[in-house]
Amino acid sequence: MLSFFWFTALLISLAILFCLYRAIVGPGVFNRVAALNVIGTKTIILLAVMGYFFERPEFFDIALLYAMLNFIGTLVASKYLEKGQLWS
Amino acid sequence: MVIVDRIVIVIVLAGTLVTLAGTIGLLRLPDFYTRLHATGKCDTLGTGLILAGLIIFHFVHYSSTPLVPIKLLILIIFVFVANPTATHAIVKAAHRTGVRPWHLGEKRR
Repeated sequence: MLSFFWFTALLISLAILFCLYRAIVGPGVFNRVAALNVIGTKTIILLAVMGYFFERPEFFDIALLYAMLNFIGTLVASKYLEKGQLWS
Repeated sequence: MVIVDRIVIVIVLAGTLVTLAGTIGLLRLPDFYTRLHATGKCDTLGTGLILAGLIIFHFVHYSSTPLVPIKLLILIIFVFVANPTATHAIVKAAHRTGVRPWHLGEKRR
């Protein structure tokens, strides 16, 4: 079962590498923000799987915190790109 | 035990396949809006499936600590609320800034 979790973590890491291509190459800043959002969501899955792989339940707290940080970061980036400023 | 392990393997593999399909959509589709159409749904469903499989796995193998599946359930609910909201925010910002949709016959962007 642990080897299956290792396999899942490997596939998710491969998906993160493919998304990193879109974050580097992607034309325009909106493609990069969207790719960063996708990478953050995949990182949540990777943290939850690695919590069972290393048998350390602290990783789920880190996953919760990372979900909130990813959401706030995407909202702030999209608002700044839309209005040109944050406080308005 | 073994049957539940197989159910967990099927659910987590389904979530991984859905996530990989979203990644291929992010790479291959021709436009910003179509890319978010692919990833905004596939990532939400893939995260939900994989975390649901991990909840079943925890209930079978680590039943002495019942607080950890509650954290995973909170994570599923938060992702199912927050991920479409973030996608909607990016698409609204791009639409108001003037990113034009892709039409058939144009160059890929």
